[in-house]
Amino acid sequence: MQAHSHKCSHKSSIESANRMRTVELLEVKEENCTTKTLTFQDQICKLAEPGQFLMVWIPGVDEIPISLSGIRCDGVTSITVNAVGDATRVLNQKKKGEIIGIRGPFGKGFVPVKGNVMVIGGGTGLGPMMPLTEKLVETASKITVMSGVKCQDNLLFLDRIAKLLCDVNSETICTTEDGSYGFEGLVTSQLEKKLANEKVDMIYTCGPEPMMYHVFRLAEQYNVPVQASLERIMRCGIGLCGSCVIGEIRVCKDGPVLTSEQLRRIKDEFGKSRLDWTGKKVKQ
Amino acid sequence: MSNPLATQIADLKLSNPTMLAAGVLGYTGLSMKRVIESGAGAVVTKSMGLEPRTGYCNPTVVQTDCGLLNAMGLPNPGISHFKEEMQELNKLEAPTIFSIYGFSPEDFAEVAKIAVEIGAAAVELNVSCPHVKKVGAQVGSDPSLLMEIVKRVQNQIDKPVIVKLTPNVTDITEIAQAAQKAGADAICAINTVKAMAIDPETCKPILANKYGGLSGPAIKPVGVRCVYDIYDAVDIPIIGCGGISNWQDAVEYLLAGACALQIGTAIAFQDITVFKSVTDGITNYLEHKGFNNIKDIIGLAHEM
Repeated sequence: MQAHSHKCSHKSSIESANRMRTVELLEVKEENCTTKTLTFQDQICKLAEPGQFLMVWIPGVDEIPISLSGIRCDGVTSITVNAVGDATRVLNQKKKGEIIGIRGPFGKGFVPVKGNVMVIGGGTGLGPMMPLTEKLVETASKITVMSGVKCQDNLLFLDRIAKLLCDVNSETICTTEDGSYGFEGLVTSQLEKKLANEKVDMIYTCGPEPMMYHVFRLAEQYNVPVQASLERIMRCGIGLCGSCVIGEIRVCKDGPVLTSEQLRRIKDEFGKSRLDWTGKKVKQ
Repeated sequence: MSNPLATQIADLKLSNPTMLAAGVLGYTGLSMKRVIESGAGAVVTKSMGLEPRTGYCNPTVVQTDCGLLNAMGLPNPGISHFKEEMQELNKLEAPTIFSIYGFSPEDFAEVAKIAVEIGAAAVELNVSCPHVKKVGAQVGSDPSLLMEIVKRVQNQIDKPVIVKLTPNVTDITEIAQAAQKAGADAICAINTVKAMAIDPETCKPILANKYGGLSGPAIKPVGVRCVYDIYDAVDIPIIGCGGISNWQDAVEYLLAGACALQIGTAIAFQDITVFKSVTDGITNYLEHKGFNNIKDIIGLAHEM
């Protein structure tokens, strides 16, 4: 007869993370004109890996997936939200002391490595790169953080990045599409220069999929491994409903952080298509 | 040597009795191919209708103390859009069963016809979704309407017709008998149990749709009872569904009278490997108890 005891602890940890908890907002911090960081206390989140995400319930409105932008061992947790749709707009109007619901953390996060690493965030995609960078300062020999935004007003976390990297071998590169701050153009142009001149051991990225697809192609060209955090429509968050599938991969459970090997397996769809709310495959 | 796990539902031959339950994954060919490669004997698609549906707003899933609640709202791209997804699945030996729904008997027949044209090995009529009005459980608790649907679908296609029943009725055997009388080839029991969850802090129902369907271990005893009762009431094969998480659950359903098993919620908590662990467990059980194949244990609990 088979033993199933090893499954039980795993099962119960997923079940307890999947329980909806209501949490009170401890702080709502304005990061830029459209983006806020919401902080709350949650004991399950203190065990989260950088790159994992929560399903965030805005009662009466919606429930949406958001990556963690702050993970602390005392359970103080944060999410960084760009007001782009109905749900995120309502979420960003929440004040200190108001209640939201959370499920998670879900999925597989970033794995920190040693060596020379590139951390590339596009827009609010820089959010999950913050707890990752906190881990990387312990492991990496050099960290280059690249932040790509449309204009200076969209910049995020500059103080936080400076504070994190002040005592380690590091570099910070900002790009704006309109040239209002840092280098003018796309962040991928700066990445390509780096790859041409340095031996890079790992690229971490989160942001718009066209950007990440470009990062992946450059990484393949220069034989550098990538860990990329993908975004898809999510309903269940636990690998059941199939709303987030790309190829054979469930972004909510097998991802959201995917490796180069996984990205190669979904090359027909990565950067090209996604499922809409009906489950129909549509172009990006 | 014959395969001890081989089973049959009407003309449908399965290498093992486990199947992916409807509503789980089931949007794309590649995601269902992965389920088959992970050990499932068959897959059932998302429930498909004639037109695309976006489903309900989130939250669509709630974890409770005793099971998982969901109200997705039958999101699907519409049956015609599924043709492309069948390209990979049609190459595989494990059959793809199409779960279908409709707003009228004519709808059901039309969707069934298209499903078979694009490669369905069988159709499973979703007359049991507990949270979408005018389709689902409202249909599945009305024997005369159900009979009309089954007859129309039977007249339209020459593949097996499976009827998936709701437990949210007074007497499930009455509905099962109506399905058999109308010509259904098999019964699947059960779909989720109508339920809800309310958050004490905000005083609001959590699901956007308020009501949902309860699945997982909480409903297994209900499912086993339904299969046991239906086994005595009809002569057509029964597929057991509801809370199957391990081989013991699977064996329980087989002993109650099921000849195949659908697994859904367990995928969330044990991943897709659950199909292999369940089939390995059934194989070990048969050997340990000295049975030759699963046919020896189907309905065995009725002889005690």
